[in-house]
Amino acid sequence: MTGPALVAALDAQTLVDAVGLGAIYALMAVGIGLVFGVLRLVNFAYGQLIMAGAYTLAFTSQADWPTWMGIVMCFAVVIALSTALDRLVFRPLRTQSPAVMLVTTFAVAFLLQNVALLVDVRDDTIGEPAASVASLNQAVRVWGVEVRKVTFVAVAVAVVALSLLALILTRTRIGLQMRAAATDFATARLLGVRANTVIAVAVLLSAVIAASVSVLLTVQNPLVAPDFALKETIIVLVGVVVGGIDRLWTATLGGFSIGFATGVINGALPTDKTVFLPSVVFALVILVLLLRPAGLFAGRRTSVVERV
Amino acid sequence: MSDSPAVLEVEALGVRYGGVAAVRGLDLVLRKGEIVGLIGPNGAGKSTTLHAIMGAVPVHTGEIRLRGRPLRGRTPEAIARSGVALVPEGRRIFAELTVEENVRLGLAGRRSQEGAAAAVEEAYALFPMLREFRRRQAGALSGGQQQQLAIGRALVASPDVLLLDEPSLGLAPKIVDIVFGALAEIRTRGISVLLVEQRAQRTVAFADRTYLLANGEVRLTLTPADAGDTEAMVHAYLS
Repeated sequence: MTGPALVAALDAQTLVDAVGLGAIYALMAVGIGLVFGVLRLVNFAYGQLIMAGAYTLAFTSQADWPTWMGIVMCFAVVIALSTALDRLVFRPLRTQSPAVMLVTTFAVAFLLQNVALLVDVRDDTIGEPAASVASLNQAVRVWGVEVRKVTFVAVAVAVVALSLLALILTRTRIGLQMRAAATDFATARLLGVRANTVIAVAVLLSAVIAASVSVLLTVQNPLVAPDFALKETIIVLVGVVVGGIDRLWTATLGGFSIGFATGVINGALPTDKTVFLPSVVFALVILVLLLRPAGLFAGRRTSVVERV
Repeated sequence: MSDSPAVLEVEALGVRYGGVAAVRGLDLVLRKGEIVGLIGPNGAGKSTTLHAIMGAVPVHTGEIRLRGRPLRGRTPEAIARSGVALVPEGRRIFAELTVEENVRLGLAGRRSQEGAAAAVEEAYALFPMLREFRRRQAGALSGGQQQQLAIGRALVASPDVLLLDEPSLGLAPKIVDIVFGALAEIRTRGISVLLVEQRAQRTVAFADRTYLLANGEVRLTLTPADAGDTEAMVHAYLS
C-alpha cells in the first residue's frame, strides 16, 4: 500500500474504531501492568480471566438473568478466580525466577482454557452466545460517522478506570505503597509495607479491569469460546513490552498504541488483505523493539527491579 | 543506663549464607535510649546482623527479642510494625517519589496511625531541609540530603529501636556531623540506636558501647574511654 492510499484510508470511521480498540487494549495493559509492578509476574493467564467473565455473561444471558445481574456476576467470578489464582499459585511462587512464574501462568492459562472447553462442550457445540449485552453493538450516527455504542462505553470505561486508578495510586496510602513496592519491594517491606496487602489490592484492581474488558469484548464478540481474549492478550502483552513494562503508564500507552495501530492498519488494508494484519503489526513491533529496546515510551533511566 | 530494661536482645545469633557462616553466636543487648555501635572490617557480619534483626535474612540459630517478644521467623513488615526501623545501607530512598511521599511511606511502620502527623512534624523539625524540599523528587537530593531523608523516613514510624547501616558512608564531614548530631537528639526521645559504622574511632567515642566484629563474632567490646586505643582496634581488625 502506498502512503497516500494509507492516509486516504484513515477516515473518521477507522480512527473511531481504532480509538475504541486502543481503549480496550489500554485497559488490559493496565491490568497486566499492575500485577507485573508488584509481583514481577507477566500474567499470561490474564486472557483466561477475561474469558471466564465472558462465559459468565453468556451463561447468565442464557438463563435469562437481567443484564445488570449478569454483569455483577461477571465481576464476582473474575475477582474470585483472580484472588484464587493469587493465593494458590502466584503467592507461593513469588520468590521464584521470572521464568518459573511465566511458565506457571502458561500452565494456568491452558488449564483454564481446557476447563472452559469441558464446560462449553456439554451441549455438543463449541461457543456460547451472550445475547444480553449485544445491544451495545448497535451503531449510532455522530457527525456522519457510524459509531458503535460499545466504542463510547469502551472509551468512557477506559477514561474513568484509568482516572480512578491514577487517583488511587497518587492520593491514597495503599497507592503510595503500591508505587513504592513496584520500584523496590524489599525496601518497602522493611518500612512496614505489607507485601500481601499490596499484592492483594493489585490483583483485585487488575481483576476489576479484566471483568470490565470481559463485558466490552463480549459486546464485540458475543459468541464466547475457550480461546476468547487469547489473541488480544498476546497482542496486549506485546504492546506492554513495546511501551515499556517497567512503568504502568508506559505499559498502558503501549497497550493503547498497539490497539490503535491494529485498528488503523485493519481499516487501511483492503478487505482481501486483512489476513496480513498480524504480520504488519508484528513487523512494526520488531522495528520498534530494535530501535527502542527498553520500550517506546520508556526513558533512558533504568529502575531498581527486585522481587519479594 | 545499664539499669534500664533491655529493649532489643540478640542471643547466640547465627546466620549462614549457603555453607558460609556470616554471623556466629553473636550476643547483643540494647537498652532504652542507648546508642550501641557495631564496627569491624568488611564482611565481619555487621549488615547481616541488622538484616537478621529485620527478618530480611533467615536466622539459623539464636534468638532475637524486642521488649521480651521473639522476632525470629516474622516477616520484615511485621518486625517494622512492631517497633524496629532500619536506615539501610545506600539509603535506598525511592528516587521517583517526592521527599514527602518517602516520609509518608515510613508511616507504614507505625503501630497506630494516631500521632502520625506529629511524627512527620518531628522529623521535619529534626531535618528542616526535608520540609523545605518536600515537593521535590527524592532522587534530585544530594547524598547527604538523601541520608537525612532515610533517617527521617525511619523516625516517622516512632520506633523503639533504630538500626542504621553505615549512615556516614560517602558523606562530607560536615554532613556526617549533622547525622551524628541527629542521632544524639534521637536518643533523647528514648529511642535505642544500633549503629553500624566504618568510622571506628568516631563510633567508639560516640556510642555508649561498641562491639567490634570480625568473622561474624564479637572480638572486643569498647567504651568511649577506649576511643584512643587504636592499637587494640587495629589488632582486632587484622586478627
